[in-house]
Amino acid sequence: MPIAAIILLPLLGAALPPLVARHGRPAPAWAAALVTSAALAITLWLTPQVLAGGEIHSHRDWIPLLGLSLSFRLDGLALLFVLLITGIGLLVFLYAFYYLPAKDGLGRFYALLLLFQGAMLGIVLSDNLLLLLIFWELTSLSSFLLIAYNPQTRVARQGARMALAITAGGGLALLAGFLLLGAIVGSFELSVVLASGDLVREHPLHLPALLLILAGAFTKSAQFPFHFWLPNAMSAPTPVSAYLHSATMVKAGVFLLARLFPVFSGTETWFYLVGGVGMFTLLFGAYIAIFKHDLKGLLAYSTISHLGLITFLFGLGTPLGAVAALFHVGNHAVFKASLFMAAGIIDHETGTRDMRQINGLWRFMPYTATLAMVAAAAMAGVPLLNGFLSKEMFFAETVHTDWLGPLNWLIPTAATLAGIFAVAYSMRFIHDVFFNGAPIDLPRTPHEPPFWMKIPVAVLVAACLLIGIVPAQTVRPILDVGVDSLLGFSPDFSLAIWHGLSLPFLMSLIALLGGLALYSQRQRLFAAHDRYFPRTSGAAAFQYTVLRVRQLANDLIARIDNESLRRYVAWLIGTTIVLAATPLLLGDFHLAGERAPTPLDGIAATILLVLAVATLATVRVRRQRLRALIVISLVGLMVTLTFIHFSAPDLALTQLSVELITTVLMLLALFFLPGDPALSVSRWRHRRDLTLAAVAGLGTAIVAFALMTRTTPSISDYFLAFSKPFGGGQNVVNVILVDFRGLDTLGEITVLAIAATAIVALLWRLRLPIRAGDPTGRPWADDRHPLIMAAMSRPLLPLALTVAVFILLRGHNSPGGGFIAGLVAAVGLILQLLASGLAWTEARLRVSYFALVGVGLLLAAATGLGSLAFDRPFLTSATLHPHVSILGDLELASALAFDIGVFLVVLGTVMLILEGLGRLNRPGAANMSPRGED
Amino acid sequence: MELLLAIAIGVLVAGGLYLVLRAQTFSVVLGLVLLSYATNLFLFASGGLARNRPALIAAGPPYTDPLPQALVLTAIVIGFAMTAFVVVLALRARAELGSEHVDETGATLDDESPDDADKEEDR
Repeated sequence: MPIAAIILLPLLGAALPPLVARHGRPAPAWAAALVTSAALAITLWLTPQVLAGGEIHSHRDWIPLLGLSLSFRLDGLALLFVLLITGIGLLVFLYAFYYLPAKDGLGRFYALLLLFQGAMLGIVLSDNLLLLLIFWELTSLSSFLLIAYNPQTRVARQGARMALAITAGGGLALLAGFLLLGAIVGSFELSVVLASGDLVREHPLHLPALLLILAGAFTKSAQFPFHFWLPNAMSAPTPVSAYLHSATMVKAGVFLLARLFPVFSGTETWFYLVGGVGMFTLLFGAYIAIFKHDLKGLLAYSTISHLGLITFLFGLGTPLGAVAALFHVGNHAVFKASLFMAAGIIDHETGTRDMRQINGLWRFMPYTATLAMVAAAAMAGVPLLNGFLSKEMFFAETVHTDWLGPLNWLIPTAATLAGIFAVAYSMRFIHDVFFNGAPIDLPRTPHEPPFWMKIPVAVLVAACLLIGIVPAQTVRPILDVGVDSLLGFSPDFSLAIWHGLSLPFLMSLIALLGGLALYSQRQRLFAAHDRYFPRTSGAAAFQYTVLRVRQLANDLIARIDNESLRRYVAWLIGTTIVLAATPLLLGDFHLAGERAPTPLDGIAATILLVLAVATLATVRVRRQRLRALIVISLVGLMVTLTFIHFSAPDLALTQLSVELITTVLMLLALFFLPGDPALSVSRWRHRRDLTLAAVAGLGTAIVAFALMTRTTPSISDYFLAFSKPFGGGQNVVNVILVDFRGLDTLGEITVLAIAATAIVALLWRLRLPIRAGDPTGRPWADDRHPLIMAAMSRPLLPLALTVAVFILLRGHNSPGGGFIAGLVAAVGLILQLLASGLAWTEARLRVSYFALVGVGLLLAAATGLGSLAFDRPFLTSATLHPHVSILGDLELASALAFDIGVFLVVLGTVMLILEGLGRLNRPGAANMSPRGED
Repeated sequence: MELLLAIAIGVLVAGGLYLVLRAQTFSVVLGLVLLSYATNLFLFASGGLARNRPALIAAGPPYTDPLPQALVLTAIVIGFAMTAFVVVLALRARAELGSEHVDETGATLDDESPDDADKEEDR
């Protein structure tokens, strides 16, 4: 799939620049250039095939149920855009290397640029609407990161936020539009959609689909009234503007118009919407551009205007209009990128972008000035430059438009007016910057930039000239196939520089002369503009809305949130009660189900009675903490007995060992938690808490009873039936854990590892006062590690470990397994910590618990992956049954390796936690780092 | 028997929730422990109660429902990790805020967050 490679190279290559950034600044630049060159090389290799008229397709299912597939197409239209994106991308990479300050390591910058490039290539190469949308949103996200490349400044943050809100909002509309379009056509494959133009145009959902899709295209291509994000995005570093805001990002919208041209164009709605918005944006952008004092602001509005021009041409719906639009896409990208770069050089050299300060730069940087002036002339549409050709085609098309009937003359007039404005602002860019007296108060003394910084500008300007003088030999072939993929044929058109003294040429002439005249009268024009032009802007309205929404949210939060955990929990419980009780109270609910109740037996009744009493006692004595701890472990013990009593030996074993460890943990913690003096609790709050607790308890009891007295169809029969034949084990609970639901268990031990890591992080450099005695003032015992306890505990360790191994190995067939074995082993080790102290144990046990957790996780995951080698799904187990004396029928399933992984993770986690807590007890322990970090 | 177990679970939930609503961190920890007992018993009981019928193939049918047991087994261990996390959180809060009150925010210790700075600038 060479087409997919064009996209994947930059997307995956984005990881390279940050990786090599420590080898100095050139490394990331070279890496980025290499990746893009490779993508460009693949494109060039495929180009002859496309130019010969062959579209290249590739298809691969992704989520067929949703109609989402990885299908790509490289046709003429895509080729034109791919060449622009990769070609200009390379030049921008070179330029950025010199533009960004030397202290910037460039790793992040090139990574973001490559990410953006990959997303952009994805848009133009996608052959599936949903896939296209994914890339579309990816460009919005990466452009957000690029605009806010210097997030310290508020302007950058606001500009980025605005661009993201507008373009991503448009993306949502686009998604809705695509879903409608897909529903109309019955497929999201672009190839199918493009062939269904008639079906779409006659469908009742045609208009909503079109409106939503246009909302996406217009927001992205900065069409009025969504244009304002673009000038605000100028806070991006200039290389970003040169790339995103001239050649790529903003062209995604017009690309979409071109892509769907065969489906939607030609209708009246299309003309009035697309043509109307385009024409208005063209005029509006060109007019505003004249008054911008900021160099990049001028260029931004000029870009808006040119995008309007392209949109208008697509809106005409004529073959020649499409040709002119495509041609102008390329031309505008070339001259606007070079102009942005020139503006960046000027900013770089003078320290400002304000044209009221920058004057007469010709004397300081003649080479840059020459290049910039040629590019600006192309922007104005001066003959012998590329901008002239497409603009003349544009004028010709306006003359031949027949949509408005008797008002047809309006269109060429408006076009000429826009041409006049364009010449005026181009003239301002040339005259106000490079001539017009001497510079005023420049922060720096300007001079020519480094040689290589001018090269990208020079290359682009050369392209302007080359295309402008010999268009037929340079761009004609690509333009032909590009138009072919829009229309299905190549219309007859001439790319000559001289068409004779025709009406379009006359319009060009009027525009040139009128523009010069307008510029010469600029002082009066500025005054009139300041006086009469309304002072509203989309950006201000947007900022106002954002601010209001935030204030509203803050007010709302302030009203309902008093930052009290108790209040949150009370609300949580109350809501849960309401949600759970509603169906019970409203529905036809019978408390007891159909299942015959189990007879009452004395043992169970006693156990449960003790459990209930101990629970209430825990609540009662919660302030006498040691006592509360003893009582609560009684509750735990009763839970364990309940498990034993009702046929759950595995659970009982687990609960018992967890109970032990929890008690030790709490004892360690209690040492540091003496308790605060009791605060008085209002009577109302006390009643509220009691009511909530009682109601929730009653509700849970009802639901539990209802559940226990009903039989529901269960998947357990499957587990019981196949535990032995498939899982090779007789203990079904364990087989479920390590085999049937192995992936769940893998997730669960990962959670354990994460919890352990979080706890270690919380304990990091934690310092708590070590008190001299207990709360009643009695001093602690002198004998920290009583001899008898130490002597008794040491022989227990090998015993405990042996039991752990035994439990681990037999777990598949009898109660036991990795979880329980891990806990038992941990208990043995903890006993040593308690009896002999941390230092003693540490000196003898040279194991990193972190490594234990890591090895355990890897082992479990590797066992799962092992089954892939045999072409089975992840975590399929294989079995072997050697008979070993004493242990009996030993289970050597691959599940055993998995269970060993579980064992290691559990052991490591418990030890990390308890050892970390134990360290707190050492007086003057400066570094709390667990051994794993040494 | 089911009724008794249901009542026991109800008592555990009530006691646990009451403790979770207390102001001292240690009470909250105790409450969470009680709640996890309740949850585990609830899940376990959802498979129905059976005596002397462990889900061991060697013991012969009929068996009790093994699936809730498998779910509860991991839940017990994860519950321990959660308890440990909350305990350590309480320790950290004690060290940073000098208090064991759950609603202690330490507002006086907190630096102004960058978002606040942004808000100020916007005005």
